[in-house]
Amino acid sequence: MSYFVNEKGYYGDFGGAYIPEMLYPNVEELRENYLKIIEDEDFKKEFHQLLKDYVGRPSPLYLAKRLSQKYNANIFLKREDLNHTGAHKINNTIGQILLAERLGKKRIIAETGAGQHGVATATVCALRGLECVVYMGEVDIKRQAPNVARMKMLGAKVVPATSGSKTLKDATNEAMRDWINNPVDTHYIIGSVVGPHPYPDMVAIFQSIISEETKKQLIEQTGNDQPDYVLACVGGGSNAMGMFYHFIDDEKVKLIAVEAGGKGVDSGFSAATTALGKEGVLHGSRSILMQTHDGQVVEPHSVSAGLDYPGIGPQHAHLFKTGRGSYVSITDDESLQAGLLLTQMEGIIPAIESAHALAYLEKMTFKGGENVVICLSGRGDKDMDTYMKYFNL
Amino acid sequence: MKSILTMSRITELFEAKKNILSIYYTAGYPNLGDTVSIAEELERSGADLLEIGFPYSDPVADGPIIQASSKDALDNGMDLKLLFEQLKDLRKTVSIPVLLMGYVNPMLQFGVENFCAACAEVGVDGCIVPDLPMIEYEELYEPIFTKHGLSNIFLITPQTSPQRIQKIDGLSNGFIYLLSSSATTGQNLEVSDTTEAYFSRIAALKLNNPTMIGFGISSKETFDKACQYANGAIIGSAFVKSLDAKNVKQSVQQFMKKFKV
Repeated sequence: MSYFVNEKGYYGDFGGAYIPEMLYPNVEELRENYLKIIEDEDFKKEFHQLLKDYVGRPSPLYLAKRLSQKYNANIFLKREDLNHTGAHKINNTIGQILLAERLGKKRIIAETGAGQHGVATATVCALRGLECVVYMGEVDIKRQAPNVARMKMLGAKVVPATSGSKTLKDATNEAMRDWINNPVDTHYIIGSVVGPHPYPDMVAIFQSIISEETKKQLIEQTGNDQPDYVLACVGGGSNAMGMFYHFIDDEKVKLIAVEAGGKGVDSGFSAATTALGKEGVLHGSRSILMQTHDGQVVEPHSVSAGLDYPGIGPQHAHLFKTGRGSYVSITDDESLQAGLLLTQMEGIIPAIESAHALAYLEKMTFKGGENVVICLSGRGDKDMDTYMKYFNL
Repeated sequence: MKSILTMSRITELFEAKKNILSIYYTAGYPNLGDTVSIAEELERSGADLLEIGFPYSDPVADGPIIQASSKDALDNGMDLKLLFEQLKDLRKTVSIPVLLMGYVNPMLQFGVENFCAACAEVGVDGCIVPDLPMIEYEELYEPIFTKHGLSNIFLITPQTSPQRIQKIDGLSNGFIYLLSSSATTGQNLEVSDTTEAYFSRIAALKLNNPTMIGFGISSKETFDKACQYANGAIIGSAFVKSLDAKNVKQSVQQFMKKFKV
């Protein structure tokens, strides 16, 4: 069984490139070139240099001692929150901007939900001097004002998506429309492992640095690069895919993907895609998505804007369907409590997205001595408003 | 060689006419029950071909006007099951070719086999599904379309390579939808030197299938211009925009007047 993409752009039943003809030349250009470029020595050198000197990699693998005591297992946190711009998103935007340059593109577009991917894209555009347009739902622009200001200060144009629910899904639609209308000089930096082939594979490769480093760090710290469990939160699923990547073929390592349960999976206000979704096509790939009987996409809900997406990447859909990964969910309340717990036991304020993965520890039982790695995908600065309101700080 | 008796409505139209006027509109818009009466009125007013859109929540190839009509249609309660019910007696009153146009996900959820069977049963002649990849169509769905006698209409843009155009021509039966530029729907056609060169380049390929130009056609002038390069043209956003929910028939007549020769 292969858990990776095949030559047709599929992961089992999922993936493909369901795009209108207007996008075909762009996507085809990427498909033909992405592996060649990524495997080029000059590209690799520049990518790794920037990850080291600009992003601050490798990110630490931190053994959280007090948390480990509490849960009776060795809990390691992969500290993507310490990256420049505060989350794992920058790993992908650095990779894609270098790729866009090599394809001769002059203009960059992106979608963003909470604004983390938008900030990471605006950052690399400032770094390389490229024009940047970020699409963001009108609703998200209002609830994520500091990130909007950061993008503007970085020189990006932030365009409100005013269609549909005015959130991440609609921002993605608008970015795709922009790409249709600007077919020659523009590269679309998708922020997650979603979209038409080769995006899910390309983004996963750029994010795979997370598990590549983790394996080395585990050897150094424990003498064994096989943890018992690897956990990560899943919206579209880019930090999870980066965290899983080098463990996927090692079936002894259990992969746990934590979706946003919102107010409860059956509450009507949830983003637990594998629990609530069916197979279908969204944003260019066949995957699992939340939809009506008639194939209309349903609006998700999560307290965390980064998990507020009605689909998951096609590789996740494949890991779910084959049973290679366990897909579980955590509610808004549970995630916020887990965020507070980490803050008070380890002195780390996590992004609410990442707190979903932490919260799942409460539902696991350990014999003692198991090694557990959790991807701490982002820091909680952007979520202080939500934490303040919830805990009356 | 197909005999006249089995020739499809689409082929028949292209053999009989030049300067074919095709109109797109969204099923269930402006009012849920307007789908068939708009078709009847369009035929009476001189349309040669109809494209009825089945709405989708995330229409990435569409501009603001068709996005809005799709959303209104969904809010009105349109879905594929209802659409096929509405079209049940279509062929009692409408004789021009009719295509259904929409995105792949609603079709997949309905089931491609069921969808094609339902199209054939109500007398729909073919489909335009912009986000259905050619390779998936070729490998999975072409036999189903063929079994039910349906045409599948492909799109090409100024960026589509000559090899791909030849491949599309080979898979097409009916006509090929020529986009005036790579753009979402609802923008104005400006026939620049490069567009002209592109249209001429396509004409020079001597494709097996006739072509229709779409995207950006809004007036008699742009329609006439497009007809110089193709068998006809398709009007979508401009027509949808002109529909008046309170006076649907009159607004259709009003719009079509502009195109009377």
